[in-house]
Amino acid sequence: MAQEQKQPRKSQENEEPTDGAPAPEGAVSERKEQLDEDIDAILDEIDDVLETNAEDFVKSFIQKGGQ
Amino acid sequence: MSVRRVMGTETEFGISVTGQPLANPMVASSRVVNAYAGSTLRARRARWDFEEESPLRDARGFDMSRQVADPSQLTDEDLGLANVILTNGARLYVDHAHPEYSTPECTNPRDIVIWDKAGEQVGLDACRFASTPGEGDLVLYKNNTDNKGASYGSHENYLMRRSTPFADIVRHLTPFFVSRQVMCGAGRVGIGQDGRKDGFQISQRSDYFEVEVGLETTLKRPIINTRDEPHADPGRYRRLHVIIGDANLAEVSTYLKVGTTAIVLSMIEDRYLSAELSVRRPVQTLHEVSHDPGLEHLLELADGRKLTAVQLQWEYHRLASAYVADRLGDDADAQTLDVLARWASVLDRLERDPMECARELDWVAKLQLLEQYRDRDGLAWDDAKLALIDLQYADLRPQKGLYHRLLRLGRMERLVSEEEVVAAMHEPPHDTRAFFRGRCLAKYPDAVAAASWDSVIFDLPGHESLQRVPTIDPLRGSRAHVGQLIEECDTALALFEALTR
Repeated sequence: MAQEQKQPRKSQENEEPTDGAPAPEGAVSERKEQLDEDIDAILDEIDDVLETNAEDFVKSFIQKGGQ
Repeated sequence: MSVRRVMGTETEFGISVTGQPLANPMVASSRVVNAYAGSTLRARRARWDFEEESPLRDARGFDMSRQVADPSQLTDEDLGLANVILTNGARLYVDHAHPEYSTPECTNPRDIVIWDKAGEQVGLDACRFASTPGEGDLVLYKNNTDNKGASYGSHENYLMRRSTPFADIVRHLTPFFVSRQVMCGAGRVGIGQDGRKDGFQISQRSDYFEVEVGLETTLKRPIINTRDEPHADPGRYRRLHVIIGDANLAEVSTYLKVGTTAIVLSMIEDRYLSAELSVRRPVQTLHEVSHDPGLEHLLELADGRKLTAVQLQWEYHRLASAYVADRLGDDADAQTLDVLARWASVLDRLERDPMECARELDWVAKLQLLEQYRDRDGLAWDDAKLALIDLQYADLRPQKGLYHRLLRLGRMERLVSEEEVVAAMHEPPHDTRAFFRGRCLAKYPDAVAAASWDSVIFDLPGHESLQRVPTIDPLRGSRAHVGQLIEECDTALALFEALTR
Protein backbone atom coordinates (compact mmCIF):
# COMPACT_ATOMS: atom_id res chain seq x y z
CA MET A 1 0.00 0.00 0.00
CA ALA A 2 1.40 3.39 -0.96
CA GLN A 3 2.55 5.33 2.06
CA GLU A 4 3.20 8.65 0.41
CA GLN A 5 1.06 11.64 1.16
CA LYS A 6 -1.75 12.13 -1.28
CA GLN A 7 -2.42 15.43 -2.98
CA PRO A 8 -5.77 16.80 -1.90
CA ARG A 9 -8.28 16.50 -4.71
CA LYS A 10 -9.88 19.87 -3.96
CA SER A 11 -6.70 21.84 -4.43
CA GLN A 12 -6.14 20.09 -7.75
CA GLU A 13 -9.59 21.08 -8.87
CA ASN A 14 -8.86 24.71 -8.14
CA GLU A 15 -5.95 24.74 -10.54
CA GLU A 16 -6.39 25.89 -14.10
CA PRO A 17 -6.55 23.03 -16.57
CA THR A 18 -3.26 22.57 -18.38
CA ASP A 19 -3.24 23.62 -21.98
CA GLY A 20 -3.72 20.82 -24.41
CA ALA A 21 -5.24 18.40 -21.90
CA PRO A 22 -8.31 16.79 -23.45
CA ALA A 23 -11.43 18.16 -21.79
CA PRO A 24 -13.59 15.44 -20.24
CA GLU A 25 -16.71 15.09 -22.27
CA GLY A 26 -20.45 14.88 -21.78
CA ALA A 27 -22.06 12.15 -19.77
CA VAL A 28 -18.88 10.68 -18.31
CA SER A 29 -17.76 13.92 -16.73
CA GLU A 30 -21.28 14.65 -15.51
CA ARG A 31 -21.43 11.26 -13.85
CA LYS A 32 -18.06 11.82 -12.26
CA GLU A 33 -19.11 15.24 -11.02
CA GLN A 34 -22.27 13.78 -9.57
CA LEU A 35 -20.23 11.05 -7.89
CA ASP A 36 -17.79 13.60 -6.46
CA GLU A 37 -20.69 15.65 -5.13
CA ASP A 38 -22.19 12.57 -3.51
CA ILE A 39 -18.89 11.72 -1.88
CA ASP A 40 -18.42 15.27 -0.68
CA ALA A 41 -21.90 15.24 0.84
CA ILE A 42 -21.13 12.01 2.67
CA LEU A 43 -17.80 13.24 3.95
CA ASP A 44 -19.35 16.52 5.06
CA GLU A 45 -21.92 14.62 7.06
CA ILE A 46 -19.25 12.40 8.60
CA ASP A 47 -17.09 15.43 9.39
CA ASP A 48 -19.95 16.63 11.57
CA VAL A 49 -19.90 13.53 13.78
CA LEU A 50 -16.17 12.76 13.93
CA GLU A 51 -14.64 13.24 17.36
CA THR A 52 -12.87 16.58 17.46
CA ASN A 53 -9.32 15.85 18.56
CA ALA A 54 -8.47 12.76 16.54
CA GLU A 55 -5.01 12.21 17.98
CA ASP A 56 -6.03 12.47 21.65
CA PHE A 57 -9.16 10.45 21.09
CA VAL A 58 -7.36 7.59 19.41
CA LYS A 59 -4.58 7.64 22.01
CA SER A 60 -7.00 7.44 24.91
CA PHE A 61 -8.82 4.38 23.52
CA ILE A 62 -7.04 1.75 25.58
CA GLN A 63 -8.51 -1.70 26.10
CA LYS A 64 -7.52 -4.73 28.06
CA GLY A 65 -7.09 -7.92 26.08
CA GLY A 66 -10.00 -10.30 25.96
CA GLN A 67 -10.55 -13.81 24.73
CA MET B 1 -25.76 -30.75 3.67
CA SER B 2 -26.81 -27.14 3.87
CA VAL B 3 -26.16 -23.93 5.74
CA ARG B 4 -28.54 -25.11 8.48
CA ARG B 5 -26.80 -26.04 11.71
CA VAL B 6 -27.00 -25.15 15.40
CA MET B 7 -24.73 -22.16 15.82
CA GLY B 8 -24.20 -18.87 17.62
CA THR B 9 -21.86 -15.90 17.87
CA GLU B 10 -20.19 -14.16 20.80
CA THR B 11 -19.16 -10.52 20.75
CA GLU B 12 -16.81 -8.88 23.22
CA PHE B 13 -17.36 -5.16 22.92
CA GLY B 14 -14.68 -2.53 23.35
CA ILE B 15 -15.75 -0.12 26.07
CA SER B 16 -14.95 3.45 27.03
CA VAL B 17 -16.35 6.21 29.21
CA THR B 18 -16.38 9.59 27.49
CA GLY B 19 -13.94 12.01 29.08
CA GLN B 20 -12.52 9.33 31.40
CA PRO B 21 -9.78 7.41 29.61
CA LEU B 22 -8.64 5.88 32.89
CA ALA B 23 -12.03 4.48 33.90
CA ASN B 24 -11.77 0.90 35.15
CA PRO B 25 -13.08 -1.27 32.29
CA MET B 26 -14.28 -4.06 34.59
CA VAL B 27 -16.33 -1.64 36.63
CA ALA B 28 -17.64 0.03 33.48
CA SER B 29 -18.52 -3.35 31.93
CA SER B 30 -20.33 -4.45 35.09
CA ARG B 31 -22.26 -1.19 35.13
CA VAL B 32 -23.39 -1.79 31.55
CA VAL B 33 -24.54 -5.36 32.16
CA ASN B 34 -26.15 -4.63 35.52
CA ALA B 35 -27.95 -1.58 34.19
CA TYR B 36 -29.45 -3.61 31.37
CA ALA B 37 -30.48 -6.38 33.73
CA GLY B 38 -31.94 -3.92 36.21
CA SER B 39 -33.92 -2.07 33.57
CA THR B 40 -35.28 -4.94 31.54
CA LEU B 41 -35.48 -8.08 33.63
CA ARG B 42 -38.38 -8.36 35.99
CA ALA B 43 -38.03 -9.25 39.66
CA ARG B 44 -35.54 -11.96 40.48
CA ARG B 45 -32.49 -12.11 38.29
CA ALA B 46 -31.62 -15.59 37.08
CA ARG B 47 -28.00 -16.53 37.59
CA TRP B 48 -25.82 -18.31 35.11
CA ASP B 49 -25.49 -22.00 35.94
CA PHE B 50 -21.88 -23.14 35.53
CA GLU B 51 -22.39 -26.83 36.24
CA GLU B 52 -21.84 -28.06 32.70
CA GLU B 53 -19.01 -25.71 31.79
CA SER B 54 -15.55 -27.14 31.25
CA PRO B 55 -13.42 -24.57 29.43
CA LEU B 56 -10.22 -26.56 29.89
CA ARG B 57 -11.43 -29.62 28.00
CA ASP B 58 -9.50 -30.07 24.78
CA ALA B 59 -11.06 -31.50 21.62
CA ARG B 60 -7.94 -33.60 21.17
CA GLY B 61 -8.97 -35.65 24.18
CA PHE B 62 -7.23 -34.40 27.29
CA ASP B 63 -7.96 -31.90 30.05
CA MET B 64 -5.58 -29.08 30.83
CA SER B 65 -4.88 -28.98 34.54
CA ARG B 66 -6.05 -25.96 36.43
CA GLN B 67 -2.56 -25.41 37.82
CA VAL B 68 -1.01 -24.90 34.40
CA ALA B 69 -3.89 -22.85 33.06
CA ASP B 70 -3.55 -19.10 32.79
CA PRO B 71 -6.04 -17.37 35.12
CA SER B 72 -7.62 -15.68 32.12
CA GLN B 73 -8.70 -19.10 30.85
CA LEU B 74 -10.84 -19.76 33.89
CA THR B 75 -14.25 -18.53 32.95
CA ASP B 76 -16.37 -20.97 34.87
CA GLU B 77 -15.68 -19.64 38.31
CA ASP B 78 -18.23 -17.08 39.13
CA LEU B 79 -15.99 -14.13 39.81
CA GLY B 80 -18.85 -12.02 41.00
CA LEU B 81 -18.97 -10.23 37.68
CA ALA B 82 -22.32 -9.45 36.14
CA ASN B 83 -23.83 -12.32 34.20
CA VAL B 84 -27.44 -12.54 33.07
CA ILE B 85 -29.68 -14.43 30.69
CA LEU B 86 -32.07 -12.48 28.52
CA THR B 87 -35.58 -13.35 27.44
CA ASN B 88 -34.32 -13.80 23.87
CA GLY B 89 -32.23 -16.70 25.14
CA ALA B 90 -28.95 -14.78 24.89
CA ARG B 91 -26.33 -14.34 27.59
CA LEU B 92 -25.03 -10.88 28.55
CA TYR B 93 -22.08 -10.80 30.90
CA VAL B 94 -18.69 -9.38 31.76
CA ASP B 95 -15.80 -11.33 30.31
CA HIS B 96 -12.50 -10.07 31.69
CA ALA B 97 -12.75 -6.37 30.95
CA HIS B 98 -15.44 -6.32 28.28
CA PRO B 99 -19.21 -6.68 28.12
CA GLU B 100 -19.97 -9.76 26.06
CA TYR B 101 -23.15 -10.79 24.29
CA SER B 102 -23.66 -14.39 23.17
CA THR B 103 -26.53 -14.97 20.79
CA PRO B 104 -29.07 -17.65 21.55
CA GLU B 105 -28.69 -20.85 19.58
CA CYS B 106 -29.80 -20.29 15.99
CA THR B 107 -30.22 -22.72 13.10
CA ASN B 108 -29.32 -20.64 10.05
CA PRO B 109 -27.15 -17.70 8.94
CA ARG B 110 -30.01 -15.25 8.55
CA ASP B 111 -31.13 -15.80 12.14
CA ILE B 112 -27.53 -15.28 13.24
CA VAL B 113 -27.60 -11.87 11.56
CA ILE B 114 -30.84 -11.00 13.35
CA TRP B 115 -29.79 -12.09 16.86
CA ASP B 116 -26.24 -10.77 16.41
CA LYS B 117 -27.68 -7.37 15.43
CA ALA B 118 -30.08 -7.60 18.38
CA GLY B 119 -26.96 -7.84 20.55
CA GLU B 120 -25.79 -4.47 19.24
CA GLN B 121 -29.14 -2.96 20.21
CA VAL B 122 -28.94 -4.59 23.64
CA GLY B 123 -25.46 -3.10 24.08
CA LEU B 124 -26.70 0.30 23.00
CA ASP B 125 -29.66 0.23 25.38
CA ALA B 126 -27.42 -1.05 28.17
CA CYS B 127 -25.15 1.97 27.74
CA ARG B 128 -28.10 4.34 27.81
CA PHE B 129 -29.38 2.75 31.02
CA ALA B 130 -25.90 2.81 32.60
CA SER B 131 -24.94 6.37 31.73
CA THR B 132 -25.70 8.97 34.38
CA PRO B 133 -25.63 12.69 33.65
CA GLY B 134 -22.34 14.34 34.54
CA GLU B 135 -20.42 11.08 34.84
CA GLY B 136 -19.56 10.53 31.19
CA ASP B 137 -21.34 8.32 28.69
CA LEU B 138 -20.59 4.64 28.36
CA VAL B 139 -19.79 3.76 24.77
CA LEU B 140 -19.40 0.32 23.20
CA TYR B 141 -17.39 -0.48 20.09
CA LYS B 142 -17.94 -3.56 17.95
CA ASN B 143 -14.32 -4.01 16.99
CA ASN B 144 -11.45 -6.28 18.03
CA THR B 145 -8.46 -4.16 18.92
CA ASP B 146 -7.35 -0.90 20.53
CA ASN B 147 -4.46 -0.80 18.05
CA LYS B 148 -2.03 -0.73 20.97
CA GLY B 149 -1.53 -4.47 21.40
CA ALA B 150 -4.81 -5.54 23.01
CA SER B 151 -7.29 -7.70 21.13
CA TYR B 152 -10.68 -8.98 22.22
CA GLY B 153 -12.66 -11.59 20.43
CA SER B 154 -15.72 -12.24 18.42
CA HIS B 155 -16.30 -15.96 18.31
CA GLU B 156 -18.50 -18.33 16.39
CA ASN B 157 -19.78 -21.65 17.62
CA TYR B 158 -20.91 -24.54 15.45
CA LEU B 159 -22.38 -27.80 16.67
CA MET B 160 -20.66 -30.69 14.91
CA ARG B 161 -20.87 -34.45 14.86
CA ARG B 162 -18.54 -36.01 17.42
CA SER B 163 -17.63 -38.73 14.93
CA THR B 164 -15.80 -36.30 12.65
CA PRO B 165 -12.04 -36.68 13.23
CA PHE B 166 -10.58 -33.45 14.56
CA ALA B 167 -7.62 -33.80 12.20
CA ASP B 168 -10.05 -33.51 9.25
CA ILE B 169 -11.38 -30.27 10.68
CA VAL B 170 -7.88 -28.85 11.05
CA ARG B 171 -6.84 -29.94 7.58
CA HIS B 172 -9.81 -28.60 5.64
CA LEU B 173 -10.75 -25.62 7.73
CA THR B 174 -7.34 -23.97 8.08
CA PRO B 175 -6.99 -22.88 4.42
CA PHE B 176 -10.60 -21.73 4.51
CA PHE B 177 -9.98 -19.56 7.58
CA VAL B 178 -6.74 -18.17 6.16
CA SER B 179 -8.64 -16.91 3.11
CA ARG B 180 -12.21 -16.13 4.26
CA GLN B 181 -11.10 -12.77 5.68
CA VAL B 182 -11.46 -11.33 2.15
CA MET B 183 -15.23 -11.56 2.78
CA CYS B 184 -15.55 -11.09 6.52
CA GLY B 185 -12.61 -8.96 7.59
CA ALA B 186 -13.69 -5.76 9.32
CA GLY B 187 -10.73 -3.67 8.11
CA ARG B 188 -8.08 -2.05 10.24
CA VAL B 189 -5.78 0.99 10.10
CA GLY B 190 -2.39 -0.15 11.40
CA ILE B 191 -0.19 -3.18 10.80
CA GLY B 192 1.16 -5.45 13.53
CA GLN B 193 -0.31 -6.26 16.93
CA ASP B 194 0.35 -2.78 18.29
CA GLY B 195 -0.41 -1.15 14.93
CA ARG B 196 2.99 0.53 14.80
CA LYS B 197 3.37 0.15 11.05
CA ASP B 198 1.22 2.51 9.01
CA GLY B 199 -1.24 1.22 6.47
CA PHE B 200 -4.56 -0.54 6.02
CA GLN B 201 -5.23 -4.25 6.41
CA ILE B 202 -8.26 -6.42 5.76
CA SER B 203 -8.72 -7.99 9.18
CA GLN B 204 -8.90 -6.65 12.73
CA ARG B 205 -7.80 -9.94 14.24
CA SER B 206 -5.33 -11.64 11.90
CA ASP B 207 -2.15 -10.15 13.37
CA TYR B 208 -3.05 -11.60 16.78
CA PHE B 209 -2.93 -15.22 15.60
CA GLU B 210 0.35 -16.95 16.30
CA VAL B 211 -0.14 -20.72 16.12
CA GLU B 212 -2.04 -23.21 13.96
CA VAL B 213 -3.91 -25.29 16.56
CA GLY B 214 -4.41 -24.88 20.30
CA LEU B 215 -6.65 -24.41 23.30
CA GLU B 216 -5.79 -20.84 24.23
CA THR B 217 -7.97 -17.89 23.34
CA THR B 218 -6.10 -15.06 25.08
CA LEU B 219 -2.45 -15.83 24.34
CA LYS B 220 -0.73 -17.68 21.52
CA ARG B 221 -4.05 -17.56 19.70
CA PRO B 222 -4.57 -20.49 17.31
CA ILE B 223 -6.24 -20.49 13.88
CA ILE B 224 -8.12 -23.62 14.99
CA ASN B 225 -9.23 -23.53 18.60
CA THR B 226 -9.58 -26.89 20.30
CA ARG B 227 -11.86 -25.90 23.16
CA ASP B 228 -14.36 -28.74 23.42
CA GLU B 229 -17.35 -27.91 25.52
CA PRO B 230 -20.36 -29.06 23.54
CA HIS B 231 -23.18 -27.88 25.85
CA ALA B 232 -24.89 -30.94 24.38
CA ASP B 233 -24.51 -34.72 24.53
CA PRO B 234 -20.71 -35.08 24.32
CA GLY B 235 -21.07 -38.59 22.93
CA ARG B 236 -22.78 -37.22 19.83
CA TYR B 237 -21.56 -33.67 19.45
CA ARG B 238 -18.66 -31.34 19.70
CA ARG B 239 -18.91 -27.57 19.60
CA LEU B 240 -16.41 -26.06 17.24
CA HIS B 241 -15.31 -22.83 18.90
CA VAL B 242 -14.04 -20.46 16.20
CA ILE B 243 -11.98 -17.57 17.52
CA ILE B 244 -10.50 -16.25 14.29
CA GLY B 245 -13.31 -14.03 12.98
CA ASP B 246 -13.66 -10.27 13.12
CA ALA B 247 -16.63 -8.55 14.73
CA ASN B 248 -18.79 -7.54 11.78
CA LEU B 249 -21.30 -4.74 11.49
CA ALA B 250 -22.09 -5.30 7.81
CA GLU B 251 -24.92 -7.81 7.61
CA VAL B 252 -23.63 -9.45 4.45
CA SER B 253 -20.22 -10.00 6.07
CA THR B 254 -21.81 -11.75 9.06
CA TYR B 255 -24.16 -13.75 6.83
CA LEU B 256 -21.36 -14.98 4.58
CA LYS B 257 -19.01 -15.59 7.51
CA VAL B 258 -21.31 -18.09 9.18
CA GLY B 259 -23.09 -19.31 6.04
CA THR B 260 -19.96 -20.31 4.16
CA THR B 261 -18.35 -21.78 7.28
CA ALA B 262 -21.45 -23.85 7.99
CA ILE B 263 -21.43 -25.34 4.52
CA VAL B 264 -17.70 -26.12 4.65
CA LEU B 265 -18.28 -27.89 7.98
CA SER B 266 -21.00 -29.95 6.33
CA MET B 267 -18.61 -31.04 3.63
CA ILE B 268 -16.03 -31.98 6.27
CA GLU B 269 -18.59 -34.00 8.24
CA ASP B 270 -19.72 -35.82 5.13
CA ARG B 271 -16.08 -36.51 4.17
CA TYR B 272 -16.78 -34.81 0.87
CA LEU B 273 -13.51 -32.89 0.78
CA SER B 274 -10.61 -34.82 -0.61
CA ALA B 275 -8.94 -31.99 -2.52
CA GLU B 276 -5.68 -30.92 -0.97
CA LEU B 277 -5.94 -27.20 -0.31
CA SER B 278 -3.48 -26.94 2.59
CA VAL B 279 -1.43 -23.77 2.53
CA ARG B 280 2.21 -23.57 3.51
CA ARG B 281 3.02 -21.52 6.62
CA PRO B 282 -0.66 -20.80 7.42
CA VAL B 283 -0.01 -18.30 10.22
CA GLN B 284 2.36 -16.17 8.17
CA THR B 285 0.05 -16.49 5.17
CA LEU B 286 -2.92 -15.36 7.26
CA HIS B 287 -1.05 -12.15 8.06
CA GLU B 288 0.07 -11.65 4.45
CA VAL B 289 -3.47 -12.01 3.13
CA SER B 290 -4.71 -9.46 5.64
CA HIS B 291 -1.95 -7.01 4.70
CA ASP B 292 -2.89 -7.10 1.01
CA PRO B 293 -6.14 -5.20 0.38
CA GLY B 294 -5.28 -5.29 -3.33
CA LEU B 295 -5.99 -9.05 -3.11
CA GLU B 296 -3.02 -9.93 -5.30
CA HIS B 297 -0.87 -11.86 -2.83
CA LEU B 298 -0.22 -15.44 -3.93
CA LEU B 299 -0.65 -18.14 -1.31
CA GLU B 300 1.54 -21.19 -1.66
CA LEU B 301 -0.34 -24.45 -1.43
CA ALA B 302 1.29 -27.59 -0.10
CA ASP B 303 1.05 -29.15 -3.56
CA GLY B 304 3.01 -26.28 -5.08
CA ARG B 305 0.13 -24.33 -6.63
CA LYS B 306 -0.03 -20.59 -6.11
CA LEU B 307 -3.45 -18.97 -5.67
CA THR B 308 -4.78 -15.67 -4.43
CA ALA B 309 -7.01 -15.76 -1.35
CA VAL B 310 -10.01 -15.12 -3.61
CA GLN B 311 -9.03 -17.99 -5.89
CA LEU B 312 -8.68 -20.26 -2.86
CA GLN B 313 -12.19 -19.23 -1.81
CA TRP B 314 -13.35 -20.07 -5.34
CA GLU B 315 -11.99 -23.59 -4.82
CA TYR B 316 -14.18 -23.98 -1.74
CA HIS B 317 -17.12 -22.41 -3.54
CA ARG B 318 -16.77 -24.79 -6.49
CA LEU B 319 -16.68 -27.78 -4.13
CA ALA B 320 -19.63 -26.46 -2.11
CA SER B 321 -21.75 -25.91 -5.23
CA ALA B 322 -21.03 -29.42 -6.47
CA TYR B 323 -21.72 -30.82 -3.01
CA VAL B 324 -25.08 -29.10 -2.68
CA ALA B 325 -26.07 -30.15 -6.21
CA ASP B 326 -24.98 -33.72 -5.51
CA ARG B 327 -26.59 -34.15 -2.10
CA LEU B 328 -29.65 -31.93 -2.36
CA GLY B 329 -30.27 -31.32 -6.05
CA ASP B 330 -33.62 -29.64 -6.50
CA ASP B 331 -34.36 -30.03 -2.78
CA ALA B 332 -31.74 -27.49 -1.76
CA ASP B 333 -33.28 -24.89 0.55
CA ALA B 334 -33.49 -21.25 -0.47
CA GLN B 335 -31.01 -19.98 2.10
CA THR B 336 -28.32 -22.47 1.11
CA LEU B 337 -28.71 -21.43 -2.51
CA ASP B 338 -28.66 -17.77 -1.49
CA VAL B 339 -25.40 -18.20 0.44
CA LEU B 340 -23.82 -19.92 -2.56
CA ALA B 341 -25.02 -17.18 -4.92
CA ARG B 342 -23.90 -14.28 -2.72
CA TRP B 343 -20.59 -15.98 -2.05
CA ALA B 344 -19.96 -16.27 -5.82
CA SER B 345 -21.13 -12.75 -6.50
CA VAL B 346 -18.83 -11.27 -3.86
CA LEU B 347 -15.82 -13.30 -5.03
CA ASP B 348 -16.47 -12.30 -8.63
CA ARG B 349 -16.52 -8.61 -7.77
CA LEU B 350 -13.57 -8.84 -5.37
CA GLU B 351 -11.55 -10.20 -8.27
CA ARG B 352 -12.65 -7.43 -10.59
CA ASP B 353 -12.51 -4.47 -8.22
CA PRO B 354 -12.93 -4.90 -4.44
CA MET B 355 -14.61 -1.47 -4.24
CA GLU B 356 -17.65 -3.00 -5.94
CA CYS B 357 -18.33 -4.72 -2.59
CA ALA B 358 -18.39 -1.49 -0.56
CA ARG B 359 -22.12 -1.87 0.21
CA GLU B 360 -21.73 -5.39 1.55
CA LEU B 361 -18.38 -5.96 3.24
CA ASP B 362 -17.05 -4.11 6.28
CA TRP B 363 -13.42 -3.90 5.21
CA VAL B 364 -14.30 -2.56 1.78
CA ALA B 365 -16.80 -0.03 3.14
CA LYS B 366 -14.19 1.17 5.63
CA LEU B 367 -11.39 1.29 3.07
CA GLN B 368 -13.54 3.21 0.62
CA LEU B 369 -14.34 5.81 3.26
CA LEU B 370 -10.68 6.07 4.27
CA GLU B 371 -9.59 6.49 0.65
CA GLN B 372 -12.19 9.18 0.11
CA TYR B 373 -10.82 11.07 3.10
CA ARG B 374 -7.26 10.57 1.89
CA ASP B 375 -8.30 11.84 -1.49
CA ARG B 376 -10.12 14.91 -0.23
CA ASP B 377 -7.78 15.94 2.58
CA GLY B 378 -4.46 14.58 1.34
CA LEU B 379 -3.92 12.35 4.36
CA ALA B 380 -1.03 9.91 4.77
CA TRP B 381 -1.71 6.58 6.47
CA ASP B 382 -0.13 7.78 9.72
CA ASP B 383 -2.70 10.54 10.09
CA ALA B 384 -4.65 10.21 13.34
CA LYS B 385 -7.86 11.07 11.52
CA LEU B 386 -7.71 7.77 9.63
CA ALA B 387 -7.21 5.85 12.87
CA LEU B 388 -10.18 7.73 14.28
CA ILE B 389 -12.35 6.76 11.30
CA ASP B 390 -11.35 3.12 11.82
CA LEU B 391 -12.30 3.31 15.50
CA GLN B 392 -15.46 5.32 15.06
CA TYR B 393 -16.74 2.99 12.35
CA ALA B 394 -17.39 0.54 15.19
CA ASP B 395 -19.07 2.95 17.62
CA LEU B 396 -22.49 1.42 18.32
CA ARG B 397 -24.27 4.75 18.70
CA PRO B 398 -26.38 5.54 15.62
CA GLN B 399 -25.51 9.23 15.75
CA LYS B 400 -21.74 8.72 16.11
CA GLY B 401 -20.97 5.32 14.61
CA LEU B 402 -19.73 5.62 11.03
CA TYR B 403 -21.13 2.24 9.99
CA HIS B 404 -24.48 3.53 11.16
CA ARG B 405 -24.04 6.80 9.26
CA LEU B 406 -23.28 4.87 6.09
CA LEU B 407 -26.31 2.67 6.74
CA ARG B 408 -28.58 5.68 7.15
CA LEU B 409 -27.17 7.21 3.98
CA GLY B 410 -28.28 4.07 2.18
CA ARG B 411 -24.69 3.00 1.53
CA MET B 412 -24.87 -0.43 3.25
CA GLU B 413 -26.97 -3.38 2.18
CA ARG B 414 -29.43 -4.80 4.70
CA LEU B 415 -30.54 -8.43 4.83
CA VAL B 416 -32.97 -8.19 7.72
CA SER B 417 -35.47 -5.59 8.84
CA GLU B 418 -35.16 -3.24 11.79
CA GLU B 419 -38.42 -4.70 13.14
CA GLU B 420 -36.96 -8.20 13.17
CA VAL B 421 -33.89 -6.98 15.03
CA VAL B 422 -35.86 -5.08 17.65
CA ALA B 423 -38.18 -8.05 18.22
CA ALA B 424 -35.13 -10.30 18.62
CA MET B 425 -33.92 -8.24 21.58
CA HIS B 426 -36.70 -9.91 23.57
CA GLU B 427 -37.92 -12.88 21.55
CA PRO B 428 -35.91 -16.10 21.24
CA PRO B 429 -35.49 -18.05 18.00
CA HIS B 430 -38.40 -20.48 17.84
CA ASP B 431 -36.52 -23.53 16.61
CA THR B 432 -33.95 -24.28 19.33
CA ARG B 433 -33.86 -24.78 23.11
CA ALA B 434 -33.32 -21.00 23.37
CA PHE B 435 -37.09 -20.84 22.98
CA PHE B 436 -37.65 -22.76 26.22
CA ARG B 437 -34.99 -20.77 28.10
CA GLY B 438 -36.19 -17.40 26.88
CA ARG B 439 -39.90 -18.05 27.28
CA CYS B 440 -39.42 -19.41 30.82
CA LEU B 441 -37.53 -16.26 31.76
CA ALA B 442 -40.18 -14.06 30.22
CA LYS B 443 -43.19 -15.84 31.66
CA TYR B 444 -41.92 -17.07 35.05
CA PRO B 445 -39.21 -14.56 36.02
CA ASP B 446 -39.70 -15.13 39.75
CA ALA B 447 -39.34 -18.88 39.50
CA VAL B 448 -36.17 -19.16 37.40
CA ALA B 449 -33.21 -19.28 39.79
CA ALA B 450 -30.53 -19.90 37.18
CA ALA B 451 -30.09 -21.01 33.61
CA SER B 452 -27.38 -21.91 31.15
CA TRP B 453 -27.14 -23.25 27.63
CA ASP B 454 -28.11 -26.72 28.79
CA SER B 455 -30.40 -26.18 31.74
CA VAL B 456 -33.09 -24.06 33.34
CA ILE B 457 -33.21 -24.21 37.13
CA PHE B 458 -36.46 -23.50 38.89
CA ASP B 459 -37.15 -22.46 42.47
CA LEU B 460 -40.65 -23.78 43.02
CA PRO B 461 -43.12 -23.50 45.87
CA GLY B 462 -43.40 -26.80 47.72
CA HIS B 463 -39.95 -27.96 46.60
CA GLU B 464 -37.16 -27.60 49.14
CA SER B 465 -34.37 -27.90 46.61
CA LEU B 466 -33.96 -26.21 43.25
CA GLN B 467 -35.29 -28.21 40.31
CA ARG B 468 -33.05 -28.48 37.28
CA VAL B 469 -34.58 -29.07 33.85
CA PRO B 470 -31.80 -30.19 31.52
CA THR B 471 -31.91 -28.95 27.93
CA ILE B 472 -29.10 -31.08 26.60
CA ASP B 473 -30.43 -31.35 23.05
CA PRO B 474 -30.11 -27.96 21.32
CA LEU B 475 -32.95 -28.77 18.94
CA ARG B 476 -35.46 -29.71 21.64
CA GLY B 477 -37.35 -27.18 23.74
CA SER B 478 -38.35 -25.41 20.53
CA ARG B 479 -41.73 -23.78 19.98
CA ALA B 480 -42.96 -26.91 18.26
CA HIS B 481 -42.04 -28.94 21.35
CA VAL B 482 -43.05 -26.71 24.25
CA GLY B 483 -44.78 -23.64 22.82
CA GLN B 484 -48.28 -24.80 23.56
CA LEU B 485 -47.33 -26.23 26.95
CA ILE B 486 -45.81 -22.95 28.12
CA GLU B 487 -48.87 -21.12 26.86
CA GLU B 488 -51.14 -23.40 28.86
CA CYS B 489 -49.15 -23.30 32.11
CA ASP B 490 -49.79 -20.19 34.16
CA THR B 491 -47.08 -20.99 36.68
CA ALA B 492 -43.61 -22.48 36.57
CA LEU B 493 -44.82 -25.16 38.97
CA ALA B 494 -47.54 -26.22 36.53
CA LEU B 495 -44.99 -26.31 33.73
CA PHE B 496 -42.54 -28.32 35.80
CA GLU B 497 -45.20 -30.83 36.79
CA ALA B 498 -46.33 -31.18 33.20
CA LEU B 499 -42.74 -31.74 32.05
CA THR B 500 -41.96 -34.34 34.72
CA ARG B 501 -45.30 -36.11 34.73
